[in-house]
Amino acid sequence: MASLLHSKTPSISFSSSLSSTTPLLRPSAFFLKPRSTSRLPIVRAKIREIFMPALSSTMTEGKIVSWVKSEGDVLSKGEAVVVVESDKADMDVETFYDGILAAIVVNEGESAPVGAPIGLLAETEDEIAEAKAKAAAQSSSAPATSAPKVEEPAPVAAKVEAPAPAPTVAAGPATPGKVVATPYAKKLAKQHKVDINKLAGTGPFGRITPEDVEKAAGIAPAPKAPVAAPVAQAVAAPAASSPKAAASFPDIPGSHVVPFTTMQAAVSKNMLESLSVPTFRVGYPIATDALDALYEKVKPKGVTMTALLAKAAAMALVQHPVVNSTCKDGKSFTYNNSINIAVAVAINGGLITPVLQDADKLDLYLLSQKWKELVEKARAKQLQPQEYNSGTFTLSNLGMFGVDRFDAILPPGQGAIMAVGASKPTVIAGKDGFFSVKNKMQVNVTADHRIIYGADLAAFLQTFSKIIENPESLTM
Amino acid sequence: MQASVSSLPTPHRPHSIIRSNSNPSFRSCGLRKEAFGFQSLSQFLNRESRWIRIFPTNPRSRRQFVFSASASASAADNGSQLPTSFDYDLVIIGAGVGGHGAALHAVEKGLKTAIVEGDVMGGTCVNRGCVPSKALLAVSGRMRELQNEHHLKALGLQVAAAGYDRQAVADHANNLASKIRGNLTNSLKALGVDILTGFGTIVGPQKVKYGKVGLSDNVITAKDIIIATGSVPFVPKGIEVDGKTVITSDHALKLEIVPDWIAIVGSGYIGLEFSDVYTALGSEVTFIEAMDQLMPGFDPEIGKLAQRVLINPRKIDYHTGVFATKITPAKDGKPVIIELIDAKTKEPKDTLEVDAALIATGRAPFTKGLGLDNINVETQRGFVPVDERMRVIDAGGNPVPHLYCIGDANGKLMLAHAASAQGISVVEQLTGKDNVLNHLSIPAACFTHPEISMVGLTEPQAREKAEKEGFEISIAKTSFKANTKALAENEGEGLAKLIYRPDNGEILGVHIFGMHAADLIHEASNAIALGTRVQDIKFAVHAHPTLSEVLDELYKSAKVNSDITKPVSEPVSV
Repeated sequence: MASLLHSKTPSISFSSSLSSTTPLLRPSAFFLKPRSTSRLPIVRAKIREIFMPALSSTMTEGKIVSWVKSEGDVLSKGEAVVVVESDKADMDVETFYDGILAAIVVNEGESAPVGAPIGLLAETEDEIAEAKAKAAAQSSSAPATSAPKVEEPAPVAAKVEAPAPAPTVAAGPATPGKVVATPYAKKLAKQHKVDINKLAGTGPFGRITPEDVEKAAGIAPAPKAPVAAPVAQAVAAPAASSPKAAASFPDIPGSHVVPFTTMQAAVSKNMLESLSVPTFRVGYPIATDALDALYEKVKPKGVTMTALLAKAAAMALVQHPVVNSTCKDGKSFTYNNSINIAVAVAINGGLITPVLQDADKLDLYLLSQKWKELVEKARAKQLQPQEYNSGTFTLSNLGMFGVDRFDAILPPGQGAIMAVGASKPTVIAGKDGFFSVKNKMQVNVTADHRIIYGADLAAFLQTFSKIIENPESLTM
Repeated sequence: MQASVSSLPTPHRPHSIIRSNSNPSFRSCGLRKEAFGFQSLSQFLNRESRWIRIFPTNPRSRRQFVFSASASASAADNGSQLPTSFDYDLVIIGAGVGGHGAALHAVEKGLKTAIVEGDVMGGTCVNRGCVPSKALLAVSGRMRELQNEHHLKALGLQVAAAGYDRQAVADHANNLASKIRGNLTNSLKALGVDILTGFGTIVGPQKVKYGKVGLSDNVITAKDIIIATGSVPFVPKGIEVDGKTVITSDHALKLEIVPDWIAIVGSGYIGLEFSDVYTALGSEVTFIEAMDQLMPGFDPEIGKLAQRVLINPRKIDYHTGVFATKITPAKDGKPVIIELIDAKTKEPKDTLEVDAALIATGRAPFTKGLGLDNINVETQRGFVPVDERMRVIDAGGNPVPHLYCIGDANGKLMLAHAASAQGISVVEQLTGKDNVLNHLSIPAACFTHPEISMVGLTEPQAREKAEKEGFEISIAKTSFKANTKALAENEGEGLAKLIYRPDNGEILGVHIFGMHAADLIHEASNAIALGTRVQDIKFAVHAHPTLSEVLDELYKSAKVNSDITKPVSEPVSV
């Protein structure tokens, strides 16, 4: 290695330093990040830290490709100890000190930021134990940069599977008593720390297969690489290329297949996406006598029920901004500035959600007019993208069909959707003990529970019902 | 070279008439273009002094000049070649790549040539070697790409599970071999080379007998004879090859089975390439290597990196420092059983049970029945002894007149293109020009994914030579990680290494591991062949962004103490 030093790309040396002193800067191509002594306990013995070197000016962290030396190896100055992969190249890193590689802090395949300790160098054998303890302390409090290690499968060895009851190839190993494991099985066993000698192989000739090791390690076997597919299957492959279609349904004679239109495909995609969102539903009965009365009054002026409901929802959302928010990344709330009410409309075998933008700010008449325009555009397929994808809250009303309650699926990118049922005369038992008949409708809101909780929805629905039951504010 | 001719601008070509008369071999040889490169090159060197005054030595006219020189030479030789009492000027025994290259060049030089082949035309390379293996490796390369989800994702691609049809893959390899075989045969026929069918035997000086078993033999005379009988897979004793579960590369290339677990005995080019094929197709592989390290023939540093990329992450394990003393094919309900002994102590070490074993322990010369004893030649471990000019050496240590041996049969450098280059060198000598092939300029490649290539000396070899001859060597290295094209392809894994003399800039060796390494090496091998120094070649321009810039970087990072450069050709305005 030393002989390489006069070559064009010399191997890079790491500088180690006494952890009780400031690190020594070496006249090499990289800089060591000085470590604050407060971060590490002061150690009296001469245990040197091996730092992740900066192999290039742009390198911020490095990956340990391989440790050339193992723990306990005696190192002499100038020897290659570890191979580090930077953003540009792999380099052998050598030591400036004699000593014993006491502990490896960052294992092969893991990464560490430049300047972080990756190993410990003890001067004498007596210090190895101390160094190891230090290493253990370091790795337990190690920065999270080290690559996520595969979790230790807890009771590994105990989980020896009984040999398969009647293996088709009954023959055991040709050499009795010999443990035969395939190369990949051995690799997996090493990776998952499974004792291969304690496994019973289920492969041909009683050999231990990768599946056996995965089973023992308690991990789901990786899908086997499609190998040696018989010709027939290979021919059938293109048809089965869609992952979901793989589960083949029986063919019913006389059926025919109609492919999705673009709109239907978009619906399908959006509906599938909703499966990744944890939703819940809250229902609320609302008396509509006052609303119905208002509707009768404003109907001649061109106001639609949709506009009334959208306006009421928008006004309630003003008071409950969280219900108008979105969870984009699973980590945060995105509060929307505008209240844009999307309204689901069935159209020519499709489904589209024209959006009433700033529904809280427009009055009923403007909203109604806007809605009319949107519906016309939707029929003519002339909606602009922002007219159907800018919704922050969706309204779906099936009341006109007599549906009394239903359950909506949350569209992607929104926090909640409201399903409105029909308003029907309902017998009400009053507090005073008298029965009365009032019009009531069921609304049912589906929401993303990551951001909207039960109490949020309840409070929102309470506000909404007050607005509906006292609809005068809608006209203001 | 063909390509460079056609790419030349048409105007201002003073000798275009000669070119149009040039030998048809330029048209029809699709097979060994690089062999022509060598030939033209040596001609150029030999004839430079004669022609230099006539043509300016700018690079473009130089290229033209090479061709016009060879064309005019053949015209001249055609005229001067007087009929002799021989049936042929040249008889080549063996129609592999070596024999083919020699025959093509011989015809170009005006020699009446025959080629004797007892088996299929094309020999090992075309039928059971480089050619069909490249077809399998093309499949394995694509399978790797399609299976590498991480890699595809990084490129933004989504691919559903890739599968393959074994028979269709096998057919691809077989079809490719037939096609190349057809091309090779046609090129010989079109040039008027007589193809004589049957096994050739040397019955005396300048006399060859050929014929099939059971049929009457024909005896022909030839002024000169080239032995180019090639090699067969070498199977160490104790190993029982049944062609089903214990196989050689001959069987493996037919891809009749893809075993779940295959042991590969030997980790050289052949073993490595097959490990690439088998693991891509889903097999697990166990290497058995007699040396202490895998890939013993490669530069150690390249070998180390290759092991990190080609072996460790794949479903491969290995036993090094062991011999397989006994391999029993699977039978009677038992798997293939391999007995291993320690290579040094000879103590029994281990027993392996696998589904199949591929014997890739190298190749043995195919020289039996050649009748060498008729002319007092003793083979050495089967190889025909030759001198640096490929002249066969007899038992007394003297060259046998008019008898040459090229390719695997002489064992100098067992590569198809080396055989062809040797054949061309011999024909040069036969036509009156002394020629010694520089074997250090012959590149070699291993077509794994990524590829490995090399030319010249490895670092230990260079150090040994430097110590013996008393000069310094330096090493320059560049990484594919610093190359834009490699990063665009998301194939940053790779290293190029240059071993050179800092005192005069001589290139001693270049080793490349990385994407398309096999195609990249020729810049370095041409530099070695032409004697180009690092300080000169570093001024050559490489298109950006290309992988060739890996070499550009390599040359530029080399530090040569000498400022002495060859006089640069005068610039030419375009």
